[in-house]
Amino acid sequence: MEFALKTTQLSKTYGNGVTALQNVDLAVPQGDFYALLGPNGAGKSTVIGVLGSLVIKTSGRVEVFGVDIDNNFPQAKSFLGVVPQEFNFNIFETPLQIVRNQAGYYGIDRRTALARTEQYLTLLGLWEKRNDQAGQLSGGMKRRLMIARALVHEPRLLILDEPTAGVDIEIRRSMWDFLREINRSGTTIILTTHYLEEAEHLCRNIGIIDSGKLVENTSMRELLRQLHLETYVLDLEQPLATIPVGLDRAARLIDPTTLEIDIKQEEHLNDFYRLLSDNGIRVNSMRNKANRLEELFISRVGHSPLEGK
Amino acid sequence: MTPREQWIAYATIVIKEITRFMRIWQQTLVPPAISTLLYFVIFGSLIGKRIGQMDGFDYMDFLVPGLILMAVINASYQNVVGSFFGAKWGKSLEELLVSPTPNSIILLAYVTGGVARGLLVGLIVTGISLLFTDLNVFSIGILISVAVLTAILFALGGFINAIFAKTFDDVSMVPTFVLLPLTYLGGVFYSIHLLGDFWQQLSKANPILYMVNAFRYGFLGISDVSLSVSFAMIGFFIVCFFALSLYLLTHSKRLRA
Repeated sequence: MEFALKTTQLSKTYGNGVTALQNVDLAVPQGDFYALLGPNGAGKSTVIGVLGSLVIKTSGRVEVFGVDIDNNFPQAKSFLGVVPQEFNFNIFETPLQIVRNQAGYYGIDRRTALARTEQYLTLLGLWEKRNDQAGQLSGGMKRRLMIARALVHEPRLLILDEPTAGVDIEIRRSMWDFLREINRSGTTIILTTHYLEEAEHLCRNIGIIDSGKLVENTSMRELLRQLHLETYVLDLEQPLATIPVGLDRAARLIDPTTLEIDIKQEEHLNDFYRLLSDNGIRVNSMRNKANRLEELFISRVGHSPLEGK
Repeated sequence: MTPREQWIAYATIVIKEITRFMRIWQQTLVPPAISTLLYFVIFGSLIGKRIGQMDGFDYMDFLVPGLILMAVINASYQNVVGSFFGAKWGKSLEELLVSPTPNSIILLAYVTGGVARGLLVGLIVTGISLLFTDLNVFSIGILISVAVLTAILFALGGFINAIFAKTFDDVSMVPTFVLLPLTYLGGVFYSIHLLGDFWQQLSKANPILYMVNAFRYGFLGISDVSLSVSFAMIGFFIVCFFALSLYLLTHSKRLRA
């Protein structure tokens, strides 16, 4: 199997003595949509920083499409597109200038750069804003601008560090569709996010990093299989006085029209539906109580992804 | 990157730099024109008439080369320190650092931007000086080469300052406390022959003295110091500053954690 990214024993200790990464072995196959998750301060951005040469690793090896960054960093960097967590463009420049200049930094001639700038700004809904000052754009537009900038040289590996942070749900969903399409066209994507729902929706493989160590590196399916219990919340059509016999082991009545049911991995929803029907209980809607991935995440790192170290 | 790709990256940064200082011309081109105009009026016309001659030339003629070079020095320095530190502070420098553009190309491009602004300001100041005196050119080759080399040197100086600077105060510190005194004491307004032996010798430790005198030689054919020493001095500092800039760009913790 060919890997878009492979790190071996990657470690980083900052000048102030903080160890951000400890012997991280990461392997992201070509074409993958990979989620790199972890609480704040876990080391995700340090991994991305090392790849983008903004952080100098202390030890270990990093290969991008087989190119060792210690041997030929410029070539390795030419494969990468990086969307950082913080806005890092010149707010006085226009989206057109920002994206076109970025193409220039990758050696793309001006005519091609302009054509691609138009292509990606249009795809991300920013072409109309191409001559506005970047600092005047909304938060969502700024995020999309950074994605357009990262894509303009058509990288083989796109790294997105919290790309939908602070973006409203509608734009987030449209960005998901866009990223899926980019991935389908062959671009490997590594995504860090606090929205575990986002990772679950988009990613095939997942790594969880905590205190600088990779504590999980597996496929999303395999990880979710490890979930032993899921809790569903049912909205009932009619108020319920007591929980019927047969359901009382797994269900709790939150209020007269809201029922919570715990379902083990080996159990089937059909059996519960049958019991509900037999007792004349009609269900209007049903939802997961918590994101499935979130439960696993908490079990691995001990707290929610939004809580820092 | 292939040489062509490197050229494109270089041209992109240079165009961006020139576009930047042209966009804010009120801040980059007008102030040196106004301050030099005041120098010409006050030191040249008003006080200069009372001074008479300096090294056999009208004081105004003596003054012009130094003021032009002072403007070149300030503009090339300010351009790079302002632009590079601004990019570092605003984090837009990251977009350049994550790209495959070699550090040497980044450095050369920023220096070119500084030289472009330095020379443009030099031309503007030269134009203003024509309102006050007729300029004689003794050697156009020396004139251009000293102007370009000095602009390169101070653009590199601005680059080093920008890497070390943590705040905007750090950016203005060097021009105020180093550049300005060295320029004023570098023979812009007087010939060092007016000084006593000790002060003459001390003045010769000031590298700007060599640049100002070499530039003045291009106009008037006179210099307080040897021309070859001047060129050697400028060349030496350029090599040192270039090597230091490149090293810092690659290894400095101020740019990469």
